[in-house]
Amino acid sequence: MRKPADLIFQAISLLTLVVALAALGALVWTVVADGAPRLSWQFITNIASRNAEKAGVYHALMGSIWVITLTGLLALPVGVAAAIYLEEYGSRSAVARFIELNIANLAAVPSIIYGLLGLGLFVRLMGMGQSVMAGAATLALLALPVVILSTREALRTVPNSIREGSYALGATKWQTIWNQVLPMSLPGVLTGLILALSRAIGETAPLITIGALTYIPFAPDTVWSKFTVLPIQIFNWVSRPQADFKVNAAAGILVLLVLLLSMNAVAVIVRDRYQRQGRA
Amino acid sequence: MPTRTLEWIIERLLFLCAALSVLTTAGIIAVLAFETYEFLREVPILDFLTGTEWTPLFANRQFGVLPLVAGTLLVSAIAMVVALPMGLLAATYLSEYAPDTLRRIVKPVLEILAGVPTVVYGYFALTFVTPLLQRVFPTLSGFNALSPGLVMGLMILPLVSSLSEDAMRAVPSGLREGSYALGATRMQTAIKVVVPAAFSGVTAAFILAVSRAIGETMIVAIAAGQQPRLTANPFVPIETMTAYIVQVSLGDTPQGTIEYRTIFAVGMLLFLMTFVLNLISTWLRERFREEYA
Repeated sequence: MRKPADLIFQAISLLTLVVALAALGALVWTVVADGAPRLSWQFITNIASRNAEKAGVYHALMGSIWVITLTGLLALPVGVAAAIYLEEYGSRSAVARFIELNIANLAAVPSIIYGLLGLGLFVRLMGMGQSVMAGAATLALLALPVVILSTREALRTVPNSIREGSYALGATKWQTIWNQVLPMSLPGVLTGLILALSRAIGETAPLITIGALTYIPFAPDTVWSKFTVLPIQIFNWVSRPQADFKVNAAAGILVLLVLLLSMNAVAVIVRDRYQRQGRA
Repeated sequence: MPTRTLEWIIERLLFLCAALSVLTTAGIIAVLAFETYEFLREVPILDFLTGTEWTPLFANRQFGVLPLVAGTLLVSAIAMVVALPMGLLAATYLSEYAPDTLRRIVKPVLEILAGVPTVVYGYFALTFVTPLLQRVFPTLSGFNALSPGLVMGLMILPLVSSLSEDAMRAVPSGLREGSYALGATRMQTAIKVVVPAAFSGVTAAFILAVSRAIGETMIVAIAAGQQPRLTANPFVPIETMTAYIVQVSLGDTPQGTIEYRTIFAVGMLLFLMTFVLNLISTWLRERFREEYA
């Protein structure tokens, strides 16, 4: 009697995986079936409109690209510097331990709370208004824990013999890090950054909370412009009762998913090249 | 500049960047505490925490947060009913049964599931899952707690399964071999040896999952409705704490008004709830690491 029970248990476990994968399949199928008919070059190059047929995502797509680029520029140097400190300098001190604990906790804080921080700190106190800069600063704080964690992992893959060799040649600690450790871990750092940004680009709640507008018929031209992003435009269309706008939402989701997939593809290519170099 | 001074300056700069994370936490607490304090000067804390009506945007204002908390807990509970057993079973299968080739296919797919933006899940809940459920339960309202709860469970499943699997794989194989040597089957070993041995790691995953569910925003903002209601009925529209913050942020609420401050007070409560859960989860994971270090 023991064997059948074992088989049944295995079957149920496998079934849960199948159910999860089927749900993912249903999700993709729904979005493609609903949105593909609306997808056209016009949809990409038109701006928001009261008329669902004429509406497009140009302004939101540009907003997303502006925000995410700036987020990367803000999060990369700070995240890498923090990771270098924790991994190469203070890894055993009590302060570093406290900072680590704090980063682990920050990674699990709901994203909408970052939105409230951005609203109180960047939008109001620092007077940035509902600008691309305020949005990017908020998302950069949100992405930092991920960038720090992945950078630390990349730094850990650099063998200690490299550091020791550099010290033996008379290099200082920073010279060793700057000239040897960082260049070697760069692909890993970039992969982590891209993955962090591909998570940030789908974030909706924090940007709604800082007051990014849901209807804005132009693309940003400076970092101080008001803006909207793809997920907010999708949310705006989903919340309208007319079925026509739901179709737009599905098409917008397709654009967002293509953007996400291409970012992930870049990350995979970077990682692949890195692994090949590592073996050579 | 002498090299030594330069090295010293660089180390301080790097430290400042690392310390920014502590400042972020401090900033979150400061911003939330300041506005919550202003809010509590107008609304007594007991009215806020124990009141059963939440109507800050109506003429007859009531500031009882319980309906929002109830909505949040209801949706999270439904999500957990999906994510915990399925996540644990999936983790058990991947850790104890699955051949390596299957693992290599399934793990990336689960990662995709975890990487889908939540606004997409919201669309899925509203336009696919709710109509599907309405065919089974004709009384189900267009906005409800059930559909976003189920979809949220699907979203959180990868988190539960990957963290639980990590915990199970960290269990030393000697324990499994001992169990096999005593004649136990794979299922008996998984249920009676591996899962108990990985208990603190698995619990840490569960608690983190609850925290994720409580803080999840877009699925409920899209598919659960905007009607704060003190109910355990999953068929009617409700509103969660996060969805309320979104609702107010979408409107034109001027700074300094009581409506504006409500989102920080609700945010403070949300932050405290998730913060406590995250701390417990981190503590459990540390304990697990020590057990098998």
